[in-house]
Amino acid sequence: MDLPTIWFLAIALLWTGYLVLEGFDFGVGMLLPSVGRDEPGRRTMINAIGPVWDGNEVWLITAVGAMFAAFPAWYAATLSGFYLPVLLIVVALVFRGVAFEYRGKIDSPVWRRRWDAAIVGGSLVPAFGWGLVFANMLRGVPLGADGVVRSAELYSPYALLGGLATTALFVLHGALFLGLKADGPVRHRARAAARSAALVAVPVVGGFLAWTVHDRGTGVGAAVAAVVLLLAAVGCAARRREGWAFTATAASVVAVAVVVFGGLYPVLLPSLVDPAYDMTVANAASAPYTLGVLSVIGAVFLPLVVAYQAWSYWVFRRRVHVAAA
Amino acid sequence: MEALDLARWQFGITTIYHFLFVPLTIGLSVVVAALQTAWHRTGRVEYLRATRFFGKLFLINFAMGVVTGIVQEFQFGMNWSTYSTFVGDVFGAPLALEALLAFFLESTFIGLWIFGWDKLPKRVHLATIWVAAIGSNLSAYFILAANAWMRHPVGFEVNADTGRAQLTDIGAVLTNPQAWSTYLHVLGASFVVAGLFVVAVSAYRLWRHRDPDSEMFRKTLRAGLLTTVVAGAVVLASGDLQAKLMAQDEPMKLAAAEALWRTEAPTGFSLFAVGDVEGSRNVVNVQVPYVLSFLATGDPGGEVEGIVDLQERFEEQFGPGDYVPNVPVLYWAFRLMMGLGGAAIGVGVVGLWLTRRGRLPRHGWMYGVAMLGLPAALAANIAGWILTEIGRQPWTVVGQLLTAASVSPGVSLGQVAFSLTVFTLLYGALAVVEVRLLWRYVQAGPAHVTPDVEPGARVPAFTY
Ligand code: HDD
Ligand code: HEM
Ligand code: HEM
Repeated sequence: MDLPTIWFLAIALLWTGYLVLEGFDFGVGMLLPSVGRDEPGRRTMINAIGPVWDGNEVWLITAVGAMFAAFPAWYAATLSGFYLPVLLIVVALVFRGVAFEYRGKIDSPVWRRRWDAAIVGGSLVPAFGWGLVFANMLRGVPLGADGVVRSAELYSPYALLGGLATTALFVLHGALFLGLKADGPVRHRARAAARSAALVAVPVVGGFLAWTVHDRGTGVGAAVAAVVLLLAAVGCAARRREGWAFTATAASVVAVAVVVFGGLYPVLLPSLVDPAYDMTVANAASAPYTLGVLSVIGAVFLPLVVAYQAWSYWVFRRRVHVAAA
Repeated sequence: MEALDLARWQFGITTIYHFLFVPLTIGLSVVVAALQTAWHRTGRVEYLRATRFFGKLFLINFAMGVVTGIVQEFQFGMNWSTYSTFVGDVFGAPLALEALLAFFLESTFIGLWIFGWDKLPKRVHLATIWVAAIGSNLSAYFILAANAWMRHPVGFEVNADTGRAQLTDIGAVLTNPQAWSTYLHVLGASFVVAGLFVVAVSAYRLWRHRDPDSEMFRKTLRAGLLTTVVAGAVVLASGDLQAKLMAQDEPMKLAAAEALWRTEAPTGFSLFAVGDVEGSRNVVNVQVPYVLSFLATGDPGGEVEGIVDLQERFEEQFGPGDYVPNVPVLYWAFRLMMGLGGAAIGVGVVGLWLTRRGRLPRHGWMYGVAMLGLPAALAANIAGWILTEIGRQPWTVVGQLLTAASVSPGVSLGQVAFSLTVFTLLYGALAVVEVRLLWRYVQAGPAHVTPDVEPGARVPAFTY
């Protein structure tokens, strides 16, 4: 396998890590009003993701940083081409990050309510936005011969369905995470929320994957696996096998990522103007020397990161429950 | 008005804003770690209270550093796509190193520190804050190496086919003299800011609140002053180095920062000048003889090139164009950095003297002055960055890529105007919230964040 392909896979891996990990904390954020009905409930939910959400978000920073390093033109064309969605995602992440840290800092219901809204919106916008962006990447953009995207039409039905699919998937993933990590009423309400979420997630994710597979002609196996895993997750949750249920949605997110990145390769950004202008793994890659340097860095440090993040999840393995004061 | 102008404003605003929080994160993480270490060593509850108190303030600031940093990473691709494509090959490696080595470390271990008070063994918990602190201090190196490369590009070649810069020697990029000199200077300046933050908070508490913690705040006051003075020495020494490197790699920046229109040997350091930019001359110029020659070359008689001569040289080298950055802005930014920053370090020196051997100043205004050290240090930092970044104009990468050629061609004026507006409003609102919160927590004092713990009992975790 050549270096650019290895780096395409590495970036796919980083994105997948991001979607699996931050996927559930986005889900928890979106469920805040419905599952966390009272203050102790919301505190339970937020503290369940409290120690890890920032570490999860760094997967995004690393994924985007790796795109910048390994495929500079991909990074540049994507972020400038999807200007408005990316802007909204970034603003949402700003609000969300500050909200976690600040909401408990003043003991006032109004203050908390405002930050809760920031957490909900700050989770919903990126959850939807990333789906929209990836769907557009798959569909193609008006990419010219100069590698510049001009006035892309981003809101096609296919792209909107992509956004809905990631949103629904993350809500379910988050609900199952809470079933696994929370205790008390939140755990019960999360279970009910997971059931309703599955009713939406299974058809929407299935529909989006079917459309993608139809367009691209690849990824049937992964798409089927993604849907089967979702169903399995619901089944496990009903039998109170919470660990397995969460593992199954995590695996389902991985399968969705396989469909997306597998559908792209070897193209990074298809051109709607002329397939000759496609940005590809081969023509957008950094020089072999750079990719070699990055490979050494990644091979040494990524396992280390995984090790200490796993340790952090281990430290906070106990269920979280904030009792009413 | 073009998209270019707004993109520049946006970059300036968002980056300066990011850099208000960064120095505090870098410096305070170490201060908090040191306080917690003192608690472990001595077992004295006052150090625990100080750790929790400054720890809370640190976290309020840290959140802002993180979220404003995310904006930075996306902004390159959004507004500066040509630049990103040109430099990615070279620039990417340090940025990837930063994320993998530093950001992961920090974010994970800060989480462990916040929530791990009652879950981790005491020693392991202490280690988590040290790891986070080392993470912040490391992260700065990589981003500064990337920034230094723009001023003094090394270890690369431009590929004739693709027109992109291509990395040839990562070692050269990471050992760029500009990188480690900048690192020392920025790290020093960050600890000056953090030291003075501790000083300002302690002084305020001592002055306004005759609370049971006054003994503790006397200690933190001294610690803050000491940090300021030691870090100040590093800043001054590395500043001298910075000036020499600037004379070598970016003579135009130095000439503009000194309003030195013609090449002179020897030449003096300007204290106050009123310039006539159109006429390329100074109307008034008060100078200290020989000092600039010495600062730039290490020799009191050394030759320093002037703006007019440099412009001629650059036109020959790079073709017609305007190679002169904004002279008045640079001239005053340089003086503000040195003046305000010097005054801030001065607060540290005088303060240490006034608080020697258990003494405390009696006059209220002295505490007031001590508190002013913090804004002065922050302003000096901003001025220093304005000098660095505006002085690099018209280049983004010196000698290689012009700023005018760096923007995203596919992004419209309307789009940049919208994002500039969004960020300005968002950042304005967040600034109000952040200051309000810090103020509240300073007012509330340590008792608010540290429940009385029995010796030997577990300290409860911070939660959200
Ligand atoms: C407390 C803050 C502070 C103080 C007291 C100083 N500086 Fe500074 N300076 C900075 C904070 C700073 C900074 C904000 O951190 C900069 C911006 C970029 C950098 O490398 O550091 C900077 C940049 C900077 C540059 C520009 C580097 C470049 O563009 O290549 C020079 C030449 C100096 N400094 C020199 C000095 C000298 C000679 C000083 C004292 C006599 C001095 N600085 C005091
Ligand atoms: C270390 C990482 C940094 C990098 C990679 C970087 C890079 C850049 C780039 C690409 C631009 C836009 C193009 C240009 O106008 O030249 C710019 C401009 C600017 N930067 Fe930086 N910068 C860094 C740090 C900073 C910091 C910390 C500050 C301030 C606190 C700062 C202040 C500015 C300002 C004020 C401008 C606008 C200058 C102008 O366009 O007139 N920069 N920088
Ligand atoms: C203009 C270029 C810059 C970019 C692209 C950038 C990127 C980032 C990002 C993505 C974060 C968030 C990390 C997280 O989520 O944990 C961050 C935070 C931070 N940045 Fe910046 N930054 C820039 C300038 C600087 C400079 C000049 C410094 C230091 C000298 C610096 C030091 C830090 C520190 C200490 C943090 C604090 C929190 C953390 O690491 O998590 N940054 N930056």
